[in-house]
Order: sequence, then structure tokens, then C-alpha cells
Amino acid sequence: MSKSAKGSHHPLDDLLRTDRIPHIWCPGCGIGTAFSACLMAMKASGIDLERTAMVSGIGCSGRGAGYVKLDSYHTTHGRAIPFATGMKLARPELNVVVFSGDGDLFAIGGNHFIHAARRNVDLTVVCVNNLNYGMTGGQVAATTPSGSKTTTTPVGNPEAPFNLPLLAFASGATYVSRWTILHSRELTESIEEGLVKKGFSFIEVLAPCPVNYGRRNRQRPMDTLRAYQEKSIIMNDADPTRLQIDFDRAIILGKFVDTERPTCVESYDRTCRPPMEPADEEKAA
Amino acid sequence: MKQVLEGSHAVSEAVRLARVQVVSAYPITPQTHIVEAISEFCSDGTMDARFICVESEHSAMAAVIGASNAGVRAFTATSSHGLALMHELLHWASGARLPIVMAEVNRALAPGWNIWTDQTDSLAQRDTGWIQLYCEDGQEVLDTTLEAFRLAEAVNLPVMVVLDAFFLSHTFEPVDVPDQDTVDRFLPPFDPRFRLDTKNPCAFGPITGPDRYMEIRRDIQAAMDRAPEVLAAVEQEFFSLFGRRYGAVDAFLCDDAEVILVVSGTAAATCRQAVGDLRKTGERVGMLKIRLFRPFPATEIRAILPKAPKVAVVDRNVSFGAGGIFAQEVKAALALHKGNTAVYSYIAGLGGRDITTATFQEIYLTTKDTPTPPAESVWVGLAQEERA
Repeated sequence: MSKSAKGSHHPLDDLLRTDRIPHIWCPGCGIGTAFSACLMAMKASGIDLERTAMVSGIGCSGRGAGYVKLDSYHTTHGRAIPFATGMKLARPELNVVVFSGDGDLFAIGGNHFIHAARRNVDLTVVCVNNLNYGMTGGQVAATTPSGSKTTTTPVGNPEAPFNLPLLAFASGATYVSRWTILHSRELTESIEEGLVKKGFSFIEVLAPCPVNYGRRNRQRPMDTLRAYQEKSIIMNDADPTRLQIDFDRAIILGKFVDTERPTCVESYDRTCRPPMEPADEEKAA
Repeated sequence: MKQVLEGSHAVSEAVRLARVQVVSAYPITPQTHIVEAISEFCSDGTMDARFICVESEHSAMAAVIGASNAGVRAFTATSSHGLALMHELLHWASGARLPIVMAEVNRALAPGWNIWTDQTDSLAQRDTGWIQLYCEDGQEVLDTTLEAFRLAEAVNLPVMVVLDAFFLSHTFEPVDVPDQDTVDRFLPPFDPRFRLDTKNPCAFGPITGPDRYMEIRRDIQAAMDRAPEVLAAVEQEFFSLFGRRYGAVDAFLCDDAEVILVVSGTAAATCRQAVGDLRKTGERVGMLKIRLFRPFPATEIRAILPKAPKVAVVDRNVSFGAGGIFAQEVKAALALHKGNTAVYSYIAGLGGRDITTATFQEIYLTTKDTPTPPAESVWVGLAQEERA
């Protein structure tokens, strides 16, 4: 990336551990675009990057934490959100971004996702959804469309996938959106909104996994992008119950939830901690 | 029939031959090939079973516990962090006396993310009541998996078949895959001792107070105590049908040895080579491979190791604060023996670092030249700058 042409610089070099590049992501993978969008949003949002941490779980997207030149945490599989929750309790002033994949956040870590959304922990969760467990070789995931072939569903997935925005909405997230890597401008703007917004923000990013998912499902890299272009319908404020991904009919994108309620730490401090003396309040301010 | 099989697929073939009916798993490198093949067998009709890719290893073990309790033969496979995540339910599987078989691919634990081989993951589960068998090659993996079902169902304890990451899970070897009819003779249909049965309804997992709990634990210990004898009988039958046997331990050139190297897993194959090479130069060295780790085969070990004045245990694992885990167990086993065998403890090959014949030669020579064993385990093959 940064070292491909002598003397050239990538505009995100200042946010990358360039010594870790080249990255591990396969040709045609969408994570790089999602990651760039996330870093560009972090820059554009004006948040204090000295007070920003990125937390990832395990999987291809989980490598994000290792490439960002900020305080970052490559946690155990599924536990990015609880690690991030602990960080926010210890240092509520930190901006904590969780960048991870669908397998990590919604299968092994699914319970943590719904509870952090319920508590409204002030996190920005960017989920790269590539519809399978890419890193381990393309096994069926909680997001794999019904009927899709994977290495553990060789004749088709018998199960139904999660509708992630609906799950986030039902669990209490105060910001919910979905974009694809083809919609990089909208995606970047959405992550930026999520970053500056207080409370639990969830951005789902659809990204192709041509090597492990695509080739088993007759989707060449360009086919997936074409589907993102031809089948996507931007419908802000759409009914979350109608957001099931359907590559044959429609993939609804947009911002679906943008509401306000007290964050986890705000509610805790108001309910469980003794009120501050006026003098302390001045100090804290 | 001989086939060139990947170590992982030696497990899968054995699971198919064992007529397992429910398999539940969560993907983790380097276990994935085992369950991917099983999912194919379920779909192509060569295995009459259901496979479910659940949402975590904790759920995977819970699901096979449920399946086993419902009265069918159940299997799962995992590795490293996946096994660690199962920990709670490992206790449950043995406490409920369920003959579940699990393949566990030895892989290092994070942080310091590392997918390569290291035994600390499985050895950290040594107190969960699971029988543990460590394999040296692909044939042993297939045979041990078949034996595991017989052993588990005979003593009503779960069995973990352990194989090294990549060195065994991802390497291809010629493996003799037995025919179904002979396997059926060896392994008859599962006849569960405990199962859900509406004609005789039982409540599983009730509160058990101080008045009953201890006896139940004593029963588990008694079942463990029986396991070596049962394994020997199972292996005798296996030998009569298939012509192969492995033993709880395997002694190689130990009778006149001055130093016996004690190893497990794929390192045993390398050690055999090193011992052969050293013998050619006139060194009196032998090898003891430990295959059965739980229950620990203390009787077999006491029959072999005291033949030599020195024993060098090579551990691809570490219990921080105590040293190599096989070494601790060997020392405990020899404590009851009147002999003067000195036990030297070495740690090598953590996180997939290669253990070569040169490593064993170095360990052998160090042991030979050191009059008394150091109190602590000696770490072999450290980069100089990493020494603290």
C-alpha cells in the first residue's frame, strides 16, 4: 500500500502501522475499503485521536486493530465489546471504536453485542459483514444467507441469518446504519456520525469475500459489487423488520435508527454513585 | 484400505466409521478440516448424522452433552482458545458421565496470537475428568479415535484425542482406513448407560449437597482408575482385528539406557530418529512416549523409567511457576519408587518452534553431562536476546 511506489504516500499513512503492511487481506476482499472508510471517518470527525482506541476481536476484520497507529487491542474471539466496555468504564472520555467481523460480533460474541446495545455503552461498532468465517476458511456463520454454500454447508445453509440492524435496533442501539463497501462515501459519513454520536452506534458494512464465500456461491468479486450496485435500495428510516438481506431482490441500505438516551456510564453515575459536591463538580468540569 | 490422508481427515474418517450421530462444532484454526469433512459426510449421505456449526465452543460442548444425554454417539473438535472456552462444560461432560469423544488440536494460547502447536491448552484441562490420549502420527490418530469411543463408553467418561497443530493436523501420510464391517465388530452401536427416557424419567443435574457430592466424585475417580485396564483390553481387541496397538506408553530401546528421553505427540517421531542416530554412535539412550496422559499411567512408567539412572522429560508446554507438566507428573509417579532415577525437565518447542533431532541430541548430551538435575525446568532453544 504505502510502499508500492517509491516516495508516494497513502493519505492514511499517519494512521497506519506501515511496518505491518502489506496486510493479510485477500485480493478482492472488502475489508480494506471498510477499514479506510473507518480511518477517514476518524480523521474527518475531528475526534481527539490521542484519546481514541480501536478494539477488534478475531477474524480477518479483527486484524484492523493491528494495523491502526493508535492504541489498539486485538482481543480474544468475540470479546471485543466487553474489552471495550471495560475501557469505557475506566476512561469514559475515550473514543472507543470496535472494528470486527460478523462471525466475531454476532456468533461467539453475539451475547455481548445485544447487552452493550441494551446498556447503551458509548461505543462505535463497525461490523464488516462478509457472510462467513473468512479467516478459518469459509465456514457457515450466523449471517450466511439461507441456501449458501460454505465449507461446513457443502449443499447449502439450512439456517436463517440474522438481520443485524433489526437485532441492533431491538437491543437498544441509538444509531444503526447499513452500507456496502461500494458506497464508501455514505459509509464514511455514517461512521463519522456514529463516532461523534454519544451512545451505542452500529454500522454494518457489507463486504465481499471472494476467496472463501464468493467462489463457493458463483459470485466473482465484480459480481458481488454489481449486486451491491443493482440490488441496493437506499431507504433511510426503513422499518428494521424489513432489512433481511436478499441478493435476489433487494438489499436495503441507509440510516435506520438515530435516537437519544442516556449512556451506560451516565445512567450508572446518576443512579449508583453518590452525587458530587459542588466543589468536586467544578473540579471535574 | 491405505489412503493418503491429512491428519485432520484421519479423525473425520474415524468419526464416520464410528457411526457418530451428532456433531457440533465451532470453527477454529487448525481444527476446521476435521469438521468440514464431517459436514460433507453428513451431506453426501456417507454418514447418517446431523452436523451443526454452533455459535461458540461453549455451545458446541453443551450441544454434544445434550446429544449424548439424549442417547446418541456425539463428537466435537476444537483447539486452543476454543478448548479454554469449553472449560466449564468439560467438567459437566465428565461429571454427567457422558462418553463424548473430542478431537483437540494442540495450539498455543494468546496473547501473542499463535496458531502453532503447543500442549498447554489441553494440559490445562487435566483436572476436568477427561481421559486424554496424545497421538504421534496419522494412523495413530485414526486408530485412537476409534478406540476412544470404546473406552469412553466402557468407563462412562469423555475422551480427548489430542493431535499437534499442523505437524499432524495438516500433514498427509499413508493411513490404513479400516472397512466398516470390521469397525462395526469392534465398535457396536452405542448403548447408553444414562439417557433421556420417557418410560423412566430422570432429572439430570439436580442439586447435590455435601451428603452426596463426594461419593459421586469418588465414582469418577474409580472410573478413571479402571481406564488403563479397559484401554489395554480395548487395544487387545483392536490388535486382533486391525493388527495395530499403541499402549498407554511406548518404550523404545529403554532396557539398557543410561538416559531415557520422555516425550509425547509428534515430537516422539523425531525423538525415535534422534535415539536411533545416537545409538549408532554408541550412546545408550532410549525413549518413552507417553500416549495416555489422563489417567496418568504411573504403573507403566514405574515399570520402565527406573531402569535408567537418568530421565529427561521434554515438555512442549509449561505450567508457569511449576515448569514442564509431563515432568511434574513423571516425578510424582516415580516418588513412590525406591530407585534413584534422576528426572531432568526440559521445555522446548512452545508456540510451534521446531523440535529437531538436534534438539534431542542437545538435551541428551546436557542430561548426560549434568551430574544432578537442576531444580527448575531448563528451556531449550531460546534466542539469546530473549533470555531474561
